[in-house]
Amino acid sequence: MTAIAVSTTINGDDIEVLCQTEETLLDVLRDRLGLTGAKEGCGTGDCGACSVIVDGRLVCACLVLGAEAEGRRIETIEGMAKGDELHPLQSSFLEHAALQCGVCTPGFLIAAKDLLERNPDPSEEEIRFALAGNLCRCTGYDKIVRAVQDAATVMKGG
Amino acid sequence: MNFDAKFAAKKFNSVGTRPVRPDGVDKVTGRARYGADFNMPGQLAGAVLRSPHAHAKIKKIDVSKAEKLKGVKAVITADDLPDLTDGDSGLYNILDNCMARGRALYDGHAVAAVAAIDARTAREALKRIKVTYQVLPHVTDVDEAVAPGAPLVHEDVFTSGIDPRPKKPSNVAKRSEYGHGDVEKGFKQADFIVERRYRTEQTHQGYIEPHACVASFNADGTADMWVCTQGHFVFRQTCADLLGIDVSKLRVTSSEIGGGFGGKTHVWIEPVALALSRKAGRPVKLVMPREDVFRASGPTSATSIDVRICARKDGTITAAQADLRYSCGPYRDMWAELGAMTSFACYDLANVKSVGHEVLVNRPKTAAYRAPSAPMAAFAVESAIDELAHEIGMDPVEFRIKNAAKEGTKSSYGPVYGPIGIGPTLDAARDHPHMAAALGKNQGRGMACGFWFNFGGQTCTDLNIGLDGTVTLAVGTVDVGGARASLSLVAAEELGISYDEVKAVVADTSTLGYNDMTDGSRGTFSSSMATISAARNAIGVMKERAAAMWDIPVEDVVWEDGHAKATGAGHGNLPPLSLKEIAAAAPKTGGPIAGHSELVADGAGVSFATHICDVEVDPDTGATKVLRYTVIQDAGKAVHPDYVEGQYQGGAAQGIGWALNEEYIYGKDGRLQNPGFLDYRIPVCSDLPMIDTQILEIPNPNHPYGVRGVGETSIVPPLAAIANAVSNAVGVRLAHIPMSPPRILAALDTKKKD
Repeated sequence: MTAIAVSTTINGDDIEVLCQTEETLLDVLRDRLGLTGAKEGCGTGDCGACSVIVDGRLVCACLVLGAEAEGRRIETIEGMAKGDELHPLQSSFLEHAALQCGVCTPGFLIAAKDLLERNPDPSEEEIRFALAGNLCRCTGYDKIVRAVQDAATVMKGG
Repeated sequence: MNFDAKFAAKKFNSVGTRPVRPDGVDKVTGRARYGADFNMPGQLAGAVLRSPHAHAKIKKIDVSKAEKLKGVKAVITADDLPDLTDGDSGLYNILDNCMARGRALYDGHAVAAVAAIDARTAREALKRIKVTYQVLPHVTDVDEAVAPGAPLVHEDVFTSGIDPRPKKPSNVAKRSEYGHGDVEKGFKQADFIVERRYRTEQTHQGYIEPHACVASFNADGTADMWVCTQGHFVFRQTCADLLGIDVSKLRVTSSEIGGGFGGKTHVWIEPVALALSRKAGRPVKLVMPREDVFRASGPTSATSIDVRICARKDGTITAAQADLRYSCGPYRDMWAELGAMTSFACYDLANVKSVGHEVLVNRPKTAAYRAPSAPMAAFAVESAIDELAHEIGMDPVEFRIKNAAKEGTKSSYGPVYGPIGIGPTLDAARDHPHMAAALGKNQGRGMACGFWFNFGGQTCTDLNIGLDGTVTLAVGTVDVGGARASLSLVAAEELGISYDEVKAVVADTSTLGYNDMTDGSRGTFSSSMATISAARNAIGVMKERAAAMWDIPVEDVVWEDGHAKATGAGHGNLPPLSLKEIAAAAPKTGGPIAGHSELVADGAGVSFATHICDVEVDPDTGATKVLRYTVIQDAGKAVHPDYVEGQYQGGAAQGIGWALNEEYIYGKDGRLQNPGFLDYRIPVCSDLPMIDTQILEIPNPNHPYGVRGVGETSIVPPLAAIANAVSNAVGVRLAHIPMSPPRILAALDTKKKD
């Protein structure tokens, strides 16, 4: 079977990559491009560890085919900090100890960034429902929710 | 080794603060490398074929068509993992679990594996392996397995722990008994008695990162492995034993670990990856799909527990008894024994007896899960204690306070307690504002206590001081949740320098001495002890260097606040030498400065917790919402309070999932019906409230800073705390975990009929 040539934009960089038809966007990111920040926790869209943003929309990279990345604009955890300057959510997760093992963290950060871009002033309940597609087994979510609340305050200039 | 581990009260500068963890930036930027994030040149993709049958004889495995597929570099079966266990039945069972030998013992049992040039080819190769099975009768339920006439998981297992040895084989692999006094006498002294059977279903640790490794077997007989594990030294030993490699020739590097909770203390795919690499002559990456993680790794025991507890009118418990049956999967283990040991550990009892039965079933091998076996026993006992308090008419907290163990109590499992935290956590619960908060309609409050032993064990640590005076701390216990931050704090504290000047790393098996794994809540307890010891050894060296620099006797040098200071008459005018100054002079005063430590961390102080929770039950749907949750636990000394709180909150959340949702569901065909996160539903963010924590600090007398392990106890009380809350909310006793909506509706129906 012939591989498919895909031209796409990842974290602002133009990328060309070959992939097999059944390969997911997650496979392409991790195995072909070395962008291993997105994790495969389930492969079925249940855990959110592979969360990325495609054309402004939050998706599980394991549910998108690599070939579907053609012509799209993709944002991953590797592009969240601007050089050495962490995104306020990244800083807040560190300050609040909102991670233990950290394997779900990239997915949470992407999902939280998506939330705050749509809703800069979310209630606790809105945060909890926005992040309900991301599983964390270590923290009980308490410090994650607090970190997002605090980052929202910082980003509003508070 | 002259290391005094006894607790000495002191004022802390670093310990007890909350700095950002050293591995933090890597983890928020996606740079941290977990099990599946590592690759080697020429690496192949591995895949494992698993049995679709709960119990079957493997008559033949034909791999010829798979081997002929272009791109396939190795196909292995049990024949490629010859039995080198030399009569060690524990090791043999690990080998058998990694790759079935003649019989598949559960749905998901590995039967063959392949390595190919890519994942697509590996998947295709699996389809071309033809296994001829003869399906055998199976049993998956813990109570059915002990019933007369149950299919036997093994025909050659006779219950041990019974004298004389039984003549018939049984699914009960072992009986164990703990306790003291005379329970029958105690039952006669009582005014009230509660007697009930409790059941808990099987749950999975649910770590978000599936098992993953890269194995590279070299032509010279050496091998390397990168793996997500809670104990790379233990994995090295087990893999070396199973594959016939010299221990020193297998180098294991632990990746960042994406959750373990006990499930990554056991080898599953690692020996298979090594065998594939050996046969293919190339590195092999093997990652478990999530479905396989559920079907073939983890889970904890399903249990059935009979409890009988009685008390006098004044609230004194006169006797307590538990009969515990724990499923082990197809291999003998000590899960019921741990349940028997922990069941009554919170109480001071004159007459107590607990009997454990290890039950073999055609389910995956039971693995450790956070305070393994204790939550189920606590569910049964703490439910019965609550019911008994109601019978007597006492407040459940006061009833527990009256009967709580204390310093000097002979525990139900044998040892006499030193200073312990059960009483203080109960006092704190009684006084907590949560206890006095108002409850609404369909709401109920519950509380429960929990115990865990905590482990110590073999530990080795290196502390190296750089020329610039900054410190590298190399530890051998895998960091599962912030331990590098805690251990850096301890090194900074002992040396008298700033946290920012210490960098802790987890060393691989070839660069540090042996360490037991991160289990039993031992990581920070034992590695902090070894870190203090290593730091004190380094201070000893620095005092010698300072003495040499000053040309005075070393006996006249003390270490204070990160400086060597000269004491005694005649040296008074010598200005103190900082660690930095001594480090900078090292090349001229004797070379590198380091402190090493090898020790067995004895005296892990036992751990207790009390939890309070409020729930609301929807009488129409049977759905339960946790409204408020409070964890009170003794930490000995909280080294990094953020991560102590995190352990409390995380354990509570896992317990909430266990109590309300999580459950392995097997069909009549013995196959697991819900091997995915959609149908095996762990708590999500919108399911939970904030989880409040209260850290108590009752110093462990056997640790220099008073530290106790904190990781596991928090999962022990929630099952009972929530069951008590739900039972109070609906007015009927719930005795089967998880309390899923159908079970709650059934209980409400029963209540209506009564």
